[in-house]
Amino acid sequence: MKKSSNQTVFLTTSEVSLSNTSPRHKPPISNGILGMTIFIVTEAMFFAALISAYLVIRSGQDEWPPWGQPRLPIETTAINTIILVASGVFMFFSHKLFKKNKIIEGHRLMGISILLGSFFLIAQGREWLELIEFGLTVSSSVYGGLFYLIIGAHGFHVLGTILVLLYYWQKLKNSKNQIELENIFPFQILWYFVVIVWPILYTLIYLN
Amino acid sequence: MSQATTAVQKEQHSEHHQELSFLYKYILPLDHKIIGMQYIFTGLIMAVIGGYFAYAFRMQLAFPGEIVPLYGLVGPGEYNMLVTNHGTIMIFWVAMPVLIAGFGNYIIPLMIGCDDMVFPRLNRLSYQIFLASALVLILSFFVKGGGFGGAWTAYPPLSSVAEYSLTDWGSSLWLLAVALEFVSFLLGGINFITTTMNSRAPGMKMMDIPIAVWFIVIAVILFMASVGPLIAGAVMLFMDQRIGTSFFLPSGGGDPLLWQHLFWFFGHPEVYVVLLPTMGIVADIITVFARKKLFGYRTVLYTAFATGGLSFVVWAHHQFIAGIDPRMANVFVVTTVLISIPLAEMMFCYIATLYGGSIQFTTPMLWGLGFLAAFLIGGVTGIYLGASAIDVYFHDSYFVIAHFHYTFFPITIIGMFAALTYWFPKMFGRMMNETLGKIHFWGTFIPFNCLFLPLFLLGLAGQNRRVYNFLNYPDLARQELHDLRVFATMSLVVMLLFQFVFIYNFFVSMFFGKKAPNNPWEANSLEWSIPSPPPHGNFKTLPSVYRGPYEYSVPGRESDYWPQNEPPKK
Repeated sequence: MKKSSNQTVFLTTSEVSLSNTSPRHKPPISNGILGMTIFIVTEAMFFAALISAYLVIRSGQDEWPPWGQPRLPIETTAINTIILVASGVFMFFSHKLFKKNKIIEGHRLMGISILLGSFFLIAQGREWLELIEFGLTVSSSVYGGLFYLIIGAHGFHVLGTILVLLYYWQKLKNSKNQIELENIFPFQILWYFVVIVWPILYTLIYLN
Repeated sequence: MSQATTAVQKEQHSEHHQELSFLYKYILPLDHKIIGMQYIFTGLIMAVIGGYFAYAFRMQLAFPGEIVPLYGLVGPGEYNMLVTNHGTIMIFWVAMPVLIAGFGNYIIPLMIGCDDMVFPRLNRLSYQIFLASALVLILSFFVKGGGFGGAWTAYPPLSSVAEYSLTDWGSSLWLLAVALEFVSFLLGGINFITTTMNSRAPGMKMMDIPIAVWFIVIAVILFMASVGPLIAGAVMLFMDQRIGTSFFLPSGGGDPLLWQHLFWFFGHPEVYVVLLPTMGIVADIITVFARKKLFGYRTVLYTAFATGGLSFVVWAHHQFIAGIDPRMANVFVVTTVLISIPLAEMMFCYIATLYGGSIQFTTPMLWGLGFLAAFLIGGVTGIYLGASAIDVYFHDSYFVIAHFHYTFFPITIIGMFAALTYWFPKMFGRMMNETLGKIHFWGTFIPFNCLFLPLFLLGLAGQNRRVYNFLNYPDLARQELHDLRVFATMSLVVMLLFQFVFIYNFFVSMFFGKKAPNNPWEANSLEWSIPSPPPHGNFKTLPSVYRGPYEYSVPGRESDYWPQNEPPKK
């Protein structure tokens, strides 16, 4: 085997570990963020499919929402929407502070963001309980099925993302370590995605 | 900040290099090579199951009502289950794990010159979910009512109502297995793209990446962009089956056509998802054994981009008789015929690569050439089916079956054997027996044609698919048609018997074969510059790349190959 790597004189390469980043030029987008971007493309297609399913099924119905089905609470959910968007804004500024290396301030804003996100989730859960009481269930009509499918899919994303963010928030609280930030950034981006999808779903499903 | 990161990674890495126990080395590995082999071996085992199913239902077609040796009696419901799961297994549990996940894992880091995937733990998780999905699928054969029998496309309402399909749990487990499998490839796909973009060896520019790696990455991008709708559809179908929604049931206000759109929006790009890896692997093989530069590297690459882009707008050609608007059908005819242009161009580039080369007929090269020849027939017959005027008559006939087996068999089976025989020396450090390899090639390739060419004729004669006994239909029970069926089945049996040659060759060579040198084929790409099999961490020193992977027979050089990492002479 030819030892071609004597070329790279500045590294005594045999001792230096071949980790993916160190001897290479730094990639323009970090691994975590690139991976998350690809994941978000898939997620966007997933939600696009749900939305198109909703539109296709709605277009085949004479009356929408169907007769006898409860109407959705537009006003309370509007407030809830504002809360979720606010959470996204806080997360955005927390990201900015992290980038400026202001970890303590960023950590605080991230906490507020997680709190608002959790509030959104709890409020949605309460809304579901009420709707079930009023007779809107998955099997009551295709309208109910679509409502729980789409809002539920979004709810699962909120829940999952919050849990991951909470985990890293907790870790950052103890260590204040910058390495944690590399792990946090991708999930902050995922949070933007989860926040941005919501107003679209709200407009489509609540304000029809 | 980057220094801190480096220090931590270094620390993790030294941890990495300890001698690993058997459990962590082979059962719970982080090493991409072992994960790749796990995928390949799981895929091969599933291929045996898929082949066994094909044997059982082909025997039923040739000798209806008789007891199939080594299987038993095939009833109508069981026939449906066998056909459905044969298709599902061969596409989702053989083609995808072996060609994309298996070889993708194995060759991407080696070919781009890095030590491992960028997210090794994600990689391990991906395999574990895949294994779970395979086990769920196998479990579905044994529940009450048997495995799912509503065809691999799972059209509702047949797939969503237990009273219609008669497989209450079989269909749910089938769906769960498919969904888990997608999640697994989703995680793997994130890894492949990120690794190829961010971890290439210094000096390897975008246009120095071997076509095999490029095509796997393009395939993964297609997969990632198209799988979302099918996951959404699978969730909806699962809810229809289990909690009483009616997304796809007209009786409850749903729309059964919606499932077909969601399925085929994924299903057609999926064809190219499995095609492109084989196309890429074959590109590497034919350049090595023709000792010639790949004709039109950039053209080949751009045609793959064009194919990928177009593959998103052809899906409705599967639904010409499903009741879609005929005006919409016309649009899809145009896009479908259009997609054959980039693929034909790719094919011409490959043939131009072969032209004037000093071709060595080694076993991998035979498989590579076999792929090109067989896939050509599959591609050309696809043009007929893409035209709605003809498809209205050919739809759901054996012509369709023959067509897609002429595409999928070369892609999956021939491509798999090409890749296995080509990288075998690198994977196991030993050479395979060439004579047995050639016997296996001809013993597979000739019966393959004898198996599927008659099906074109049967399709033209009006034979419908998904019928378990043609002798019940006077028009199709004619002796000359039945002879073709028996001939096809016999060819299948011969082909399956020849696979034992491969199994023997594979395992005997793995342990007793001739020791393989680093670079037995005198190829250029980076994986051949390191020992066979590569050690943990792959490259002892980080390779630097100076040129593209296809510099063969360069004028003025003594040797006819020029490794990518060989420094230029000053």
